[in-house]
Amino acid sequence: MTISARGNRGHVAYWAFIVHRLSGLALALFLPLHFLVLGQALEGEAALDVFLRWTETPLVQASEIALVFLLAAHLTGGLRLLFVEFVGWRSEAQKMLIASAGGVAAFCALAFALNLM
Amino acid sequence: MSPGAETRLWLAQRASAVVLALCVVVHLVTMIAAVRGGLTAAEMLGRTRGSMMWATVYGLFVLAVSIHAPIGLRTVASEWLGWRGRTADAACVIVGVALLLLGARAILAVTL
Amino acid sequence: MSILAVSVWRGGADGRFQTFTVPRLDAQTVLDVVTHIQRRLDPTLAYRFACRVGMCGSCAMTVNGQPRWTCRTHVANVEENGKLTIAPLAHLPIVRDLVTDMRAFFDKWARARGQFQPTKTRRDDVARVAPSSAARRAVDAAIECIGCGVCYAACDVVAWNPDYLGPAALNRAWTLVKDVRDGAGCERLAAVAGDAGCHACHTHESCSERCPMHLAPTASIAGLKRATALAVLRGDL
Repeated sequence: MTISARGNRGHVAYWAFIVHRLSGLALALFLPLHFLVLGQALEGEAALDVFLRWTETPLVQASEIALVFLLAAHLTGGLRLLFVEFVGWRSEAQKMLIASAGGVAAFCALAFALNLM
Repeated sequence: MSPGAETRLWLAQRASAVVLALCVVVHLVTMIAAVRGGLTAAEMLGRTRGSMMWATVYGLFVLAVSIHAPIGLRTVASEWLGWRGRTADAACVIVGVALLLLGARAILAVTL
Repeated sequence: MSILAVSVWRGGADGRFQTFTVPRLDAQTVLDVVTHIQRRLDPTLAYRFACRVGMCGSCAMTVNGQPRWTCRTHVANVEENGKLTIAPLAHLPIVRDLVTDMRAFFDKWARARGQFQPTKTRRDDVARVAPSSAARRAVDAAIECIGCGVCYAACDVVAWNPDYLGPAALNRAWTLVKDVRDGAGCERLAAVAGDAGCHACHTHESCSERCPMHLAPTASIAGLKRATALAVLRGDL
């Protein structure tokens, strides 16, 4: 056993990593379900509609909004990584990149939520 | 796995990320624009049925995600579950193939 | 006179924290606190220091959960309601009390090919390297590392992946990759590529946040990612 590094987690880039990893995990778990649901269309429109009616409950709608946020967050966080890794390090740009990533993701989720209502 | 092979895996993940970035933007815009007060099968299928364009876009999407997701999951398994080596790599391939097959089925379901 | 309640790690991996009462003084550093404990309260306390003026990095320890140079950490900046917690650096085996076994840290430095490989002899002309060249500026931005281990202790990937070479070793490898005089080229890129190398970095930036020399190993590691990717595309790796 060695001492842990628990104190190193306050800075913004660390939270950006956590959001990116957890959103990736959530999306990876969601995707097979998404494909299976869409595959319902093979049984015809009615079969798909049965499922889509079920998604109109508030809990499912809230989950969908969350998923849109997670997708947008994973995208924007990923773009930040591509920037850091391929374009290079600009220390002033770091926090700005993370902030804009969060902002765009939140915007997407909001736009989706508003359209859902 | 050799350093060269692991570098190639990383490159594949980043390259598929770029493809996904484009596909996800299309998907997000479509979702936000299309879902007005709920979605019906008719609305969705009206857009995708018989469309070569959507088949291509979603085809690319499924292919890229089948590369991108397993490589990411492999890293998470290695770091947070301590699961490394041949069995972990094999599981990663299985996940990729599963996503590819389920995704292809979903595309056929909505475009044919 | 105000006092500090200082919790200090004692023993090895299976040790525990022991609390000492230390007088609080003006302009006091954490190293001053540790020194006071060892000289006046418990001579069996083991700890490392050397220059005590922020040049050598020997006094690096975990203070209130963060790796820092204790000689450059003012108590006023870290104490929490008169309390302080001091432990050895994270991610390294504990020898005793506040002393860690630094061998793994330096072994990884060697595994990353962090040594200069010369291509000339004393009979050749001195190498001419323009300080303003892009390559040399990249080296200069990362060269001041003194091997203190703070970045290694701050890095979560080091904790999650025992083979991970770590920020310092990779940062040093980068300075050599960009050194136009160095001859280890492809072998070094092979040494730093892969799951134990630069590709395991997830840009947490904890290393760059904590580095007392204000270096950015994250940037160096990103450079290694580009260099190894280019090598793969060229067929060299």
